[in-house]
Amino acid sequence: MKEFLEGSHAIAQVIKSCRPGVISAYPITPQTHIVEDLAQMVANQELHAQFVNVESEHSAASVVLGAEATGVRSYTATSSQGLLLMAEVVFNIAGLRLPVVMTTANRAVSAPINIWNDQQDVMAVRDSGWVLLFAESIQEAVDLHLQAYKIGEDPRIMLPVMVNMDGFILTHGMEVVDMPSQEEVDKYLPSYNTTYKLDIEHPQTMGYLADPDYYLEIRYLVQQTQQELLGIIPQVAKEFQKTFGRESGGLIQTYRMEDADQAFVAAGSVCGTIRDAIDELRSKGRKVGLVKIATYRPFPKDAVAAALKNVREVAVVDKSVSLGGFGPFYTDLTSSLSFLAGKMPKVSGFILGLGGRDIRVGSIHDVYEKLGGKQVDCEFIGLKQELLAETE
Amino acid sequence: MAETLFKPGHTACAGCGQAIAARLVIDAAGKNTIIANNTGCLEVFSTKYPESAWCVPWIHSLFENCSAVASGVESGLKFLGKKEGVNVIAQAGDGGTADIGLQALSGMLERGHDVLFVCYDNEAYMNTGIQRSGLTPTTSNTTTTPTGSASFGNPRPKKPMPDIAAAHGIPYAATASVGYPQDIQKKVKKALGIKGPKYLQIHVPCPLGWRHESSLTPEVAKLAVETGLYPIFEYENGQLIPRKIATLKPVEEYLKLQGRFKHLLKDPKALKEIQAVADYNVKKYGLSA
Repeated sequence: MKEFLEGSHAIAQVIKSCRPGVISAYPITPQTHIVEDLAQMVANQELHAQFVNVESEHSAASVVLGAEATGVRSYTATSSQGLLLMAEVVFNIAGLRLPVVMTTANRAVSAPINIWNDQQDVMAVRDSGWVLLFAESIQEAVDLHLQAYKIGEDPRIMLPVMVNMDGFILTHGMEVVDMPSQEEVDKYLPSYNTTYKLDIEHPQTMGYLADPDYYLEIRYLVQQTQQELLGIIPQVAKEFQKTFGRESGGLIQTYRMEDADQAFVAAGSVCGTIRDAIDELRSKGRKVGLVKIATYRPFPKDAVAAALKNVREVAVVDKSVSLGGFGPFYTDLTSSLSFLAGKMPKVSGFILGLGGRDIRVGSIHDVYEKLGGKQVDCEFIGLKQELLAETE
Repeated sequence: MAETLFKPGHTACAGCGQAIAARLVIDAAGKNTIIANNTGCLEVFSTKYPESAWCVPWIHSLFENCSAVASGVESGLKFLGKKEGVNVIAQAGDGGTADIGLQALSGMLERGHDVLFVCYDNEAYMNTGIQRSGLTPTTSNTTTTPTGSASFGNPRPKKPMPDIAAAHGIPYAATASVGYPQDIQKKVKKALGIKGPKYLQIHVPCPLGWRHESSLTPEVAKLAVETGLYPIFEYENGQLIPRKIATLKPVEEYLKLQGRFKHLLKDPKALKEIQAVADYNVKKYGLSA
């Protein structure tokens, strides 16, 4: 049913329809509306879950870890500093192969403290073993949560999945959303059943110490599963499209790439702005398109290489930066394209929108203007030169 | 050897008080028990892949989060309708309890989860090599509070962890000692018979860290109690019930068996200060028979 919804309300509703048994969270802006809604649903007995109010994000992640270890579908949500505080547990959940689902309302990290959107927070746990999905719209965020449980709980996978949605832009923005009914969700997402659980009838030990004789192989198996996901995630997206009739998720999505010789690469809500800029550029005869990264881990190396193999110039739009290095998407993309050898396009990296600095269609045109010029690897767009001058 | 849920073959040191206490705890709790274990000696010596000493469902996540993991386990069981008849135990060493794990423990106690928390108190970070913790006693010589020309060992008293736990208004908080095995098992059974959060702190000598003969573990443990340096008591719904000491012994009898207190023995003033700690405990917890 189509409804005009705030992003957070839509997420709470779709999580409810996934029937999690345990929800645990600690409040942080801009994640709060999601968990407030879920708490109200539990209070109203519309959702039969244990809602555990904890004293920190570290414990929120630990509670869902423990709950998931009893074989119960679990959910948490966080943002920014909350995700950083969780980081230790985030790595642990993946290592324990527990298919928790978490929403990250992407936000800048401190210092300076800043509650607005960029995508720096998730990059701190990029290497944790979690499947990392990025939503472009509220609709896609809703859909990705359904797919997240589907992917993570697959017995071939057994890994946690994070749905990234840009803080405020998607969590507090409003949109007409096609909400799946409970019947549709029940059919798409059966209840979670696993033998990998803490069960007094079948005692097992979870969380061993692995010495150098074993650790390497155990970590390799996570990497191997991540590689298998490159085949499984497109299947999940296809099945989703068959069931719900719309394209959401997958590894990458492309826009006007058919004959493109220039392309943007980006993830999240900025893709909507880029689409608008592309339409304007196309009307001026520029052959430009977009490759949207819908799945960031595993990184869809072959899919991006295939999508960009006939492209002359690529502009990577990063809303985070590895300070002292490059934008994370830029790094992954250039590593993936290096296999094209002589056919590798000219790739430039741009940093935009940190700490909620508005990215407008004009900002994307600024990036496009740079594309024809000198190749850059980490150029900040929209810097206020007068502010920088003050520090000199 | 009697049937046990904590199998031999693990790699604890000879005379390890924690290994003895852990076996007493799980055997008293029985097979319908799920354990969440913090990082520490017990976790390391009992679950080196691919072997495990545990015959009950057991999970280790991190150093400081067993209370939160146990909260999640309990919540998961409640959701499944399977909590009835299943014990959930969170267990940790003294650092994992009183220092890095205190916040998660406080959260678990305050939220009222039906979980028994067991702290195995060997009074320092033994797994990493005898560094000082919040439960290291005054003057103890550890690798991070070494004695020296400007140091007399650990400068601070033990954190009153059982009182901190009890202050959460929980129905049961108690201390025990591996010197009194039946008392440990009685308290575990009693605690597990009570709904809600429970706290049990067990004094467990560490021959390596305390530098005493490994055969002396029970004797050292008993002397800690008999001198008043490790008061044994229960708080049942806030009501203090001490374990009385028939004949109080001077603290020197306990201290002289351990290398970590060697520097005290030549210093009558320091000995007097430690005796004052014991006297304070005797008075505070009503230990005199």
